Amino acid sequence: MVKLNVSKLNDFFAAIAAEEKLYIPVDSADGAAFRPYEAGMEMSKACNSTRSAKDFFFPQVENLVNFKVDHNKKSIEIIDNRTEAEDFVIFGVRACDMASFEILDRVYLSDPVDSYYKNRRDHGVIVTAACGRPQETCFCTAFGIDASNPAGDVTTWFVGDDVYFKANTEKGEALVAKVAAIGESAEEKPVEDFKAGVKFMMGRLPIKDIKLDKISARGLMENFNSPIWDDEFKTCLGCGTCTFVCPTCQCFDVREFKTNEGVIRFRCWDSCMYSDFTQMSHGNNRVSQKERFRQRFMHKLVYFPNNNEGIYGCVGCGRCLRSCPQSLNIVKVAKALGGKD
Amino acid sequence: MQEAMIARAKELLADGSVSRVMGWKKGEFSYDISPAVFENADQLVDFVYDDFCGANVSKYLINESKKEGKILAFLKPCDSYSFAQLLKEHRIDREKVYVIGIPSYGKADINKIRAKGIDGVLGIKSEGTDFIVDTIYGEEKIAKFEAMSERCLTCKSKKHVDVDEMMGEEGEWNAESKRFDKVAELEAMTPDERFEFWRGELSRCIRCNACRNVCPACTCVSCVFDNPNSDINNKAAASSFEENMFHIIRAFHVAGRCTDCGECSRVCPQNIPLHLLNRKFIKDINELYGQYQAGANADEKYPMVNFTFDDCEPGIVYKRGGNQ
Repeated sequence: MVKLNVSKLNDFFAAIAAEEKLYIPVDSADGAAFRPYEAGMEMSKACNSTRSAKDFFFPQVENLVNFKVDHNKKSIEIIDNRTEAEDFVIFGVRACDMASFEILDRVYLSDPVDSYYKNRRDHGVIVTAACGRPQETCFCTAFGIDASNPAGDVTTWFVGDDVYFKANTEKGEALVAKVAAIGESAEEKPVEDFKAGVKFMMGRLPIKDIKLDKISARGLMENFNSPIWDDEFKTCLGCGTCTFVCPTCQCFDVREFKTNEGVIRFRCWDSCMYSDFTQMSHGNNRVSQKERFRQRFMHKLVYFPNNNEGIYGCVGCGRCLRSCPQSLNIVKVAKALGGKD
Repeated sequence: MQEAMIARAKELLADGSVSRVMGWKKGEFSYDISPAVFENADQLVDFVYDDFCGANVSKYLINESKKEGKILAFLKPCDSYSFAQLLKEHRIDREKVYVIGIPSYGKADINKIRAKGIDGVLGIKSEGTDFIVDTIYGEEKIAKFEAMSERCLTCKSKKHVDVDEMMGEEGEWNAESKRFDKVAELEAMTPDERFEFWRGELSRCIRCNACRNVCPACTCVSCVFDNPNSDINNKAAASSFEENMFHIIRAFHVAGRCTDCGECSRVCPQNIPLHLLNRKFIKDINELYGQYQAGANADEKYPMVNFTFDDCEPGIVYKRGGNQ
């Protein structure tokens, strides 16, 4: 384990940024947001970023290919504009977002492999940061995630005036070597004490005990036909906020944007909250907001674990709790579905 | 107030005057309140009305008034303007709604409390002019006006329109409201500065559509941006041009009908001050066509669909510094 005084953190950032793109969370008008590092930037102290870190591997908009049309020659040229094979480092990913990558991997790295996603995963180095100040909206412990000890290529802990680094992978070791040059080797004790403190705080959080086992114990159809759906959806606006801030929501649509010279074919995040989601020629299976609302929560709490050895499609980051315009969210739904006792 | 509202709702449910109640439901913490429809008196155990009931419930009455039976709706002054505007547009069946006006002395915004560095909020108690905030990390105190949402600090009216019954005291129209100050500030900028300002704000948009879906003036059954056959439906912007246009088109579409309830800015997860676009239109309408408040008067024709010989000439754009 290596440690570095917080005052030297920017020297470390500069050393990385000199070689490849580095993103760190900084405070901005929309809360903490990952931005490309520039000299003098100060890292945000926020518990988490407003948008999740999935953007790095599964961006909201991604151009797949361009077509250039020449009307005179009556020709179509295919232009490859792929850019996802660039090395980059993300610093400060929390345990919940790190766990979300494992969920996205199950979708995008299983056959057929999504090469856009895979290239980004291969070229990205993830430096996680253990949580020091969990919030009331955090419930990662419900999914067995340890906020004090996130995975990633490198794990860091901010303890007092020091940042402790531990490499977990080969890619991570190369990065920690850069810290070793300006930092010093350190004992594990302060980190172990810090972890114990975080665990104590996590144990005191108000919404960590949602009754997921009760939901899982019931059959799929019983959950699907539960009377709670008739009530819970009623004031849902059908906007896509929850799906867009969610680190595990993975649905996309492929669209074409016509320009004067041709076509930009891009994919963008889609939302099961939208009326044209999975629209087929006969129309839409989910005719009202009730069905759309049910789909989102059934996917995370029932369908995904059914198909993935019991792993839930939620990591308890709490972003939907903070962002839903009407404060409807997965915790309220899970409590209604699982029962309050 | 809350207890009196629950009692009155129970009375109206019991005597059969109404069959449902539109109001607000408590959440996990004290700030995460959801609008809700209560189907019977037992469900009212979760009914809440306090400093965090900022959500405007008027738009829900479009669908609710299509159902069997009458619904009781508790409306704050700003909600009542949206309600009246929707009546004017024939979107709500007035016969199906029983409206009780309730006072609002300004609603709090949890994000303003968080911005003061108060985090881990578990509960918030009102104590005189302060909030006592119980957090995971100890107790904090914040003055109510510091926690009040921007739209309430610049409140236009504490007076209702079109209610069947009032509970609590009726307020007044606030002629002193400073709601156009920020718009005037933007108008004073050079076009380049203004463009920079809006690029900075709108570039953060994630096209979640929360602003559109919450907006009581956005009531198309199917929005042009959702229609796969419209050729402009996009779930994300392919270019920054589109990003700007979505909000500008929306602002044009609700011009003259927007009551300035401020829900668009409240719900934006990216903190974009969208209400400023609408306020610019309201300010322009006031200046070019005379004072006009959407929703205030059911009989008044609104300027955008009216013609008078006194209407301003299109050339006004050039006089204001636009390019010839």
